[in-house]
Amino acid sequence: MLEKAIRDELRAIVGEKYVLDTPNELYAYSYDATPIFQAMPDAVVMPAGAEEVAAVLKLANAHGIPIVPRGSGTNLAGGTIPVEGGIVLNMNRMNQIYEIDQQNLTATLGPGVVTADLHAAVEAVGLFYPPDPGSMRISTIGGNLAQCAGGMRGLKYGVTKDYILGLEYVLPSGEVLRCGGKNMKDVAGYDMTRLLVGSEGTLAVITEITVKLLPLPESKRTLVAYYTNLVDAAKTVEKVIADKIIPATIEFLDQSTMKVVDDFAKLGLPLEMKSMLLIEQDGPADLVEQDIERIAEIARQQGAAEVKLATTPEEGAKLLAARRSALAALSRLRPTTILEDATVPRSRLAEMVAEVERIAEKYQLHICTFGHAGDGNLHPTCMTDERDQEEIKRVEQAFEEIFHAAIRLGGTITGEHGVGMAKMNYLDLKAGPGGIELMKRIKAAFDPNHIMNPGKMFAGSGRRRVVVKR
Amino acid sequence: MSTAHRGGLAKFNMDEIMNCMHCGFCLPACPTYRETGLESQSPRGRIALMKGVANGQLAIDPEFEKNMYACLGCRACETACPAGVSYGSLVETAREVVEDDKKSGARQPFLRRLMFDHVFPYPERVRAAGTALWAAQSLGLQELANKTGLIRLLPREMAEMQQAVDRIASPKERKQRKPVMQAEGEAALKIGLFTGCVMDVMYFETNQATARLLTKAGCDVVFIEGQGCCGALHAHAGEKEGAIRLAKRNIAACEQADVDLIVNNAGGCGAALKEYHHWFHDHPEWRDRACAFVAKVRDAGELLAELPPLTFTKPLHARVTYQDSCHLAHGQGIRNQPRQLLKSIPGLELAEMNGADSCCGSAGIYNITNFDMSMHILDGKMEHVKETKAQIIATSNPGCLLQMKKGILRAGLEGKVEAVHLMDLLDRAL
Repeated sequence: MLEKAIRDELRAIVGEKYVLDTPNELYAYSYDATPIFQAMPDAVVMPAGAEEVAAVLKLANAHGIPIVPRGSGTNLAGGTIPVEGGIVLNMNRMNQIYEIDQQNLTATLGPGVVTADLHAAVEAVGLFYPPDPGSMRISTIGGNLAQCAGGMRGLKYGVTKDYILGLEYVLPSGEVLRCGGKNMKDVAGYDMTRLLVGSEGTLAVITEITVKLLPLPESKRTLVAYYTNLVDAAKTVEKVIADKIIPATIEFLDQSTMKVVDDFAKLGLPLEMKSMLLIEQDGPADLVEQDIERIAEIARQQGAAEVKLATTPEEGAKLLAARRSALAALSRLRPTTILEDATVPRSRLAEMVAEVERIAEKYQLHICTFGHAGDGNLHPTCMTDERDQEEIKRVEQAFEEIFHAAIRLGGTITGEHGVGMAKMNYLDLKAGPGGIELMKRIKAAFDPNHIMNPGKMFAGSGRRRVVVKR
Repeated sequence: MSTAHRGGLAKFNMDEIMNCMHCGFCLPACPTYRETGLESQSPRGRIALMKGVANGQLAIDPEFEKNMYACLGCRACETACPAGVSYGSLVETAREVVEDDKKSGARQPFLRRLMFDHVFPYPERVRAAGTALWAAQSLGLQELANKTGLIRLLPREMAEMQQAVDRIASPKERKQRKPVMQAEGEAALKIGLFTGCVMDVMYFETNQATARLLTKAGCDVVFIEGQGCCGALHAHAGEKEGAIRLAKRNIAACEQADVDLIVNNAGGCGAALKEYHHWFHDHPEWRDRACAFVAKVRDAGELLAELPPLTFTKPLHARVTYQDSCHLAHGQGIRNQPRQLLKSIPGLELAEMNGADSCCGSAGIYNITNFDMSMHILDGKMEHVKETKAQIIATSNPGCLLQMKKGILRAGLEGKVEAVHLMDLLDRAL
């Protein structure tokens, strides 16, 4: 609980209604979409603009109160769990799109805008914001930015960091700063914009975002290929790209994932198959037609048992929607679903999938694998029950081994979910001790009192996967 | 922790609670989350709070009670939930736990006890209340009360909602109903019409229209002796025992009547009738009977869409928009059939409204218990109605119908837009 004086001050800053601290309200912000982690905040504050954010931060900084910025809480690495208590700064009220600039192809908006709403708004004027994280119907653009969210179109279009041009942000001191802007070319000084993207709320609070837009592709086509083994699917991905075709999307689903998704979305998938690829190309109609035919040919050459082209956009959209639901559909199997985010270079995809299968077998766990094959970004997902402590221990051991395997294959511990609490123990595998030391010095420069989202990203300051009760 | 508290907690289905993986897919589907932006007003949040109560981290207190009752129970989240969590039954249990706890502490509001224990369970008392309302209407008392301000004696919420109540049927009309209506031509099916409690008083004519439509479609229609309230309002309000008592009575009455199908025209009642078997999971001797009953239940629109098409003789030249009943769409999965029926009326133009399957805020007695939130949601809904430029709003549930009538008053659309039950609209075109 915060002292009464501080609570009163918070209320004076944002208004009575926007400081929540009753037991139910605090409990409702003690979790995000990450399984197992939970911790209670001391207050939830909902600011309406940069000035209010600045005043809240200044107050928190003076009293050493942790600040955890939060959007819709859909992240999967424990990034918004208030593990050291303090204030959850709920940014949902800052959900206005201020401008869609059709000349410069940019949009400027508040961090609380839901990603799908941004998509709808820009598409209405023939423009395109490519990042499409699986949770985009709920997740906010501020959260996407903090975690550097990816999605299904990463292969051709990149991820969130490739679309953030400019920011307004608030330092713990209360100073409101800007970086970047509408310039496509902008090299004045250190690239603070890139640094803040993916900083997971540990450096500053983002209060305004300018994103880059593209013209909306005029058409798209979807293709699905089924395989009797994993290697042929991986080889298809390699060959397509070696053939100098970059599809917008190449998604991979293994057999167990196919079964669950089919049960949920009733697609009539051939469940005897070992894996499937879902490939989408977009662009000018002629080119799309040409690419998709060529991809179908490659898939057949690489041993696909069946290749099917979606005949209508609706059919294509339905297939992709099913892929989007994979994570949540998997959760029907067991009470707790732990989804991870190992990534390898594209050429090592088949090896990585085989490693995951081997590790699942070794630890006697049910792990399904799906993900963005085109980016080498896999989501090995374990169906378990957090009440079974013994099993959870095996899950942790298995994932540790999976991360080591990813690093060994030249990959990384997370492709798009961020480090948060779930992976801070493995960051050193990727960044090395020198890298971590430098990151900590950067953090200290932004946040000398360590109030910004403490207990995240760096090991030693937090705990491993345990339910925290305060 | 009191014994009552522990007993209440054992009622929570922990596996079902754990099935919620807090992915948040339910958030954009939830009307109360969309209104407030608060996690505690979302399905994900409410399930978390239940978990908190079930594992002893949160108390069963007025705050928990308020959050559980702030839910409309529209179950749009169930449609959105890829993990298949049965949120509707979870929130019913949560309310049951709250009510158990209150009973043990004897903090029961008088009005609630009056309605649940002494009015809804007794069809003759519901009818008597209807007669009193009819008398007030025919004597001009309702209008007088409105004009003189006497209406202010009623609680504000009830006073507000009664303005939307139409003229109800006279006791004489109600008495004239024949117990059986013969099919036109050869009867293919013997139907038991589930008339409901409030429905049969406030919308007596809609039940009659439903019966007429069914006879046209080749069914013998029986008004089953001894049926009464379906128990949905009890179940949604955490009064599980009362709900079960009512369910038993309905099952027994329908067994007696020996009909092929049991048909209703109220989405909310229908969803409850189709869930009777879940209510009896602890009553083995009733379970099979409930399953047999459930197998026979159909919504009137659902059945009419399956039967040979009706012949309409009077075209309806009107633009119509359809407001889904939540418990019909999300609870029973019936979305296309009512639309198909509307489109089959000659001359009628169906104008789909934005968010048609999003709750209108009526939600049983929610528009009385949570009046302000209900009206916020309703006002948003009426904006979408206006966009369609429809002259008629068709619905499939009495609560939604009353709410739409209220919405028309609030939006100043009297005389321009009309709210009509789907069955009445079909009946007009016969």
